[in-house]
Amino acid sequence: MAGARVVEEILKRAPDQFEITMFGAEPYGNYNRILLSNVLNGSQSATDIFMNPLSWYRENNIRLHAGVRAMLIDRERKVVVGSALKRDALAYSVDAPTDPSSNVIEEPYDNVIIATGSRPFVPPMEGFGGAGTFLFRTIDDCSRIADYARNNRKAAVIGGGLLGLEAARGLLTHGVEVTVLEAGPQLMGVQLDPEAGDMLRKTIEGMGIKVLCGTITTKIARADGQITHLEFKDGSTLETDMVVVSTGIRPITEIATASGLNVNRGIVCDDQMHTSDSDIYSLGECVEHRGQLYGLVDPIWEQANVLADVITGVKPDAAYFGSKLGTKLKVMGVELASMGETKPAGSDDEVVVYREPSKGLYKKLIVRGGHIAGAILLGDIEAAGTLMQMFFTGAKAPARRADLLFGSPTGVALLKASDLPDNAQICNCNGISKATIVDAIQNKSCLSVSKVGACTKAGLGCGSCKSLVAQLLEHYVGEVGYDPTEHYYVPGVPLEKSQLVKEIRNRGIKSVSEVFAQLAGGQEDPSSKVGLASLLKTLWPEEYEDERDARFINDRVHANIQKDGTFSVVPRIYAGVTSADELMRIAQVAVKYKVPMVKLTGGQRIDLLGIKKHDLPNVWRELGMPSGHAYTKAFRTCKSCVGTDFCRYGVGDSIELAQKIERRFQGVESPHKMKLATAGCPRNCSEAYVKDLGAVAIEGGKWEIYIGGAAGGSVRKGDILVTVDSHDGVLLYMGRFMQYYREHGKYLERTYGFVERVGIETLRQILVEDSLGICARLDADIQKAVDAYIDPWDEAEVPAYPAQFSGPELSYALEVAESNG
Amino acid sequence: MAKELVSNQVYLGSAHAVPPGQGRCYVVGPLEIAVFRQRDGKIFAMENLCPHRQGPLSEGLFGDGKVICPLHGHKFDCDTGKGSEATECVRTFAVDESDGHLMLTLNEHNA
Repeated sequence: MAGARVVEEILKRAPDQFEITMFGAEPYGNYNRILLSNVLNGSQSATDIFMNPLSWYRENNIRLHAGVRAMLIDRERKVVVGSALKRDALAYSVDAPTDPSSNVIEEPYDNVIIATGSRPFVPPMEGFGGAGTFLFRTIDDCSRIADYARNNRKAAVIGGGLLGLEAARGLLTHGVEVTVLEAGPQLMGVQLDPEAGDMLRKTIEGMGIKVLCGTITTKIARADGQITHLEFKDGSTLETDMVVVSTGIRPITEIATASGLNVNRGIVCDDQMHTSDSDIYSLGECVEHRGQLYGLVDPIWEQANVLADVITGVKPDAAYFGSKLGTKLKVMGVELASMGETKPAGSDDEVVVYREPSKGLYKKLIVRGGHIAGAILLGDIEAAGTLMQMFFTGAKAPARRADLLFGSPTGVALLKASDLPDNAQICNCNGISKATIVDAIQNKSCLSVSKVGACTKAGLGCGSCKSLVAQLLEHYVGEVGYDPTEHYYVPGVPLEKSQLVKEIRNRGIKSVSEVFAQLAGGQEDPSSKVGLASLLKTLWPEEYEDERDARFINDRVHANIQKDGTFSVVPRIYAGVTSADELMRIAQVAVKYKVPMVKLTGGQRIDLLGIKKHDLPNVWRELGMPSGHAYTKAFRTCKSCVGTDFCRYGVGDSIELAQKIERRFQGVESPHKMKLATAGCPRNCSEAYVKDLGAVAIEGGKWEIYIGGAAGGSVRKGDILVTVDSHDGVLLYMGRFMQYYREHGKYLERTYGFVERVGIETLRQILVEDSLGICARLDADIQKAVDAYIDPWDEAEVPAYPAQFSGPELSYALEVAESNG
Repeated sequence: MAKELVSNQVYLGSAHAVPPGQGRCYVVGPLEIAVFRQRDGKIFAMENLCPHRQGPLSEGLFGDGKVICPLHGHKFDCDTGKGSEATECVRTFAVDESDGHLMLTLNEHNA
């Protein structure tokens, strides 16, 4: 596999430079074993990992000696010597028998690349091989193990690494009793520290798998050919019917040794992937580089790139410096990610640990010089994508380390993909760099995550990089189109909000159609109408010329359109306090108009859903209650707890305050909806901390005013604007903030975005300290908006225009047209 | 004085029943048809139901010969019926105004 990959890389760089001959011990298209674990953990499908078909060799003029093992490199004569293997020989086996009827094959060379890979390692024990003993390496192995397990009761898995655990989990589904035997002191000793290993053991045991660590198997005992039990070094035994061995791999180095190359644990290579003979290169699992062996795919891809750069002379000084190792593992029912080092290297290393044993949660970070040197996530790997990206790219870790383990409290991305260097690898499964993805976005018009994936393969592995791809899209799609409309207040008028406001004021424009006529060259734009209408109404509360076609359907008929074209009706219930009379009228309407659903809302009101458009005026009239504005970008509701009337904790009259707020601000339009609440004490039963505006009573007759809270798709606790000592104070500052937001908020920008964008300090300066000297003007303007209030449901009596509430009109084809005489 | 049968013509009534800059829904046999009157006087007619989730296009925001479905914001050209989503398209019809009266022709047309 590494061999095929490096050949691909070479052909990419220099298609005609080399005459290429390959020796392959396997007789036909073999599987890509390196990626097998990716298949098992679901990040790649089996079809993705099959090696290049025979046609690929033909198309690229590569001579392939299939089923021929290269035995020796004769460095004097510069020939590679190969022998054909017997037809059903196990290709990777040391003593695979050669076919005596075939001649030795010799191929002359200028350069040789050794990519012999690895073979499974079976620790020395008596009785391995034969019925009931298995390796766990191939897809075929899986099915053979499963078949055998069906007729047996007990299974032992030797090896407590990733694959061993995967095998154990797989066996469990076949109804056998499973025991995992690990020679070392803990499970997954390579990727985990002892504490995480212990916690993982408990998780695995919780699944019904027995785990024995520090257990070395010496013998597989049989009676009548059937396995009966295992014998361990310490003299103990374990009954079992079958044995699966998964204890890692060892590099295949015989050819290098036979050819006099330097071999340690693997074939020793320098940073240019030369072996001790500079005409001979090596890469993959057979290589030892700087004392390190690699069994994962990313490092091998990196080695292939460097080797191809060097051998073709495209970049003769390209260098491989070793790889950072990170894996995200999915043993079913266990979430685990591990990268880099598992323990601190010195006292300067910062170690951040969070543990919650009852939930099997363990998170550990090792930070060195502000960068992530290693991390373990067990039980919750939500943060793994960002962490790995930071780890692999060497990005600076954020100052709040907790954010790395738990995400940032505001939900803001910790890592900006746009800030990464072009060569940063975004997709670690398929080795796709940022530059490749950006190229797909900019030059191949891939404008969605899935299109980028289809074009580059990024995100098609484990999928954890998809959020980064999305970030890149967000970042570059705007840039690609150089879309100035992004900054316009509405897309159809080429002005930013401040310029637009200035033009509208200077020219005295009072209607949406006039805006198009004067500021957009007479070109209408339906998607701009609503934003303009909202702005005009804010700028000219009394004189605005209300063209109803500029309103969204909800605002034309003062009700919220539903998926089936019916509407919902929410009457105003001030502060959530209603009466028996109101409830009876609501009930009567619900019965009379066969309302399909009557629902209490989150805003302490009652929603009548499924009302037909032409019934709206009658429904409103019969309710005899004002509009709750539950359909529009405006002040919505102010909910409240019971405050001081009945609650034994209440310190402020939250009901009366909420009623005053609703009566004052009902119907006030804004860039987006405003949901409010008042709480009679800091227990916050009415959720005032997470409202667009909230007032919370505290001891001493005071009220804290919070702004910019949210508890929808985004969750944010509001910031304190000011503390006041009366209901009137609350009304004053709330109104002042609303007016400022009405004037400066972008259309469809909620207060939480607005407050974050402007900054609470700045807002306090402007609205409390009056640093701009505009408070009196803001107060006067919000008063105008308040005075302009009319209950839109009055239009039940006098529609604003003909057919405002008309349903579909019945028409008939003409039977007879005019005579032509 | 021969009389001719013109069965694919539908009389929709006064043009002023369609508010300026808005649409209105007419039911013609099995068809729901959205008729739009632009502020400059131009009239358009097309199928009322959005192919995406059957939103009523006649209730959508309209202008410059385009309508935006009120449910999920899919956009359609009222002349050609072509949608903002590549796979979505609605039928359009010829509609004429004379003396303030609207006459619809039921043959599909592609302007």
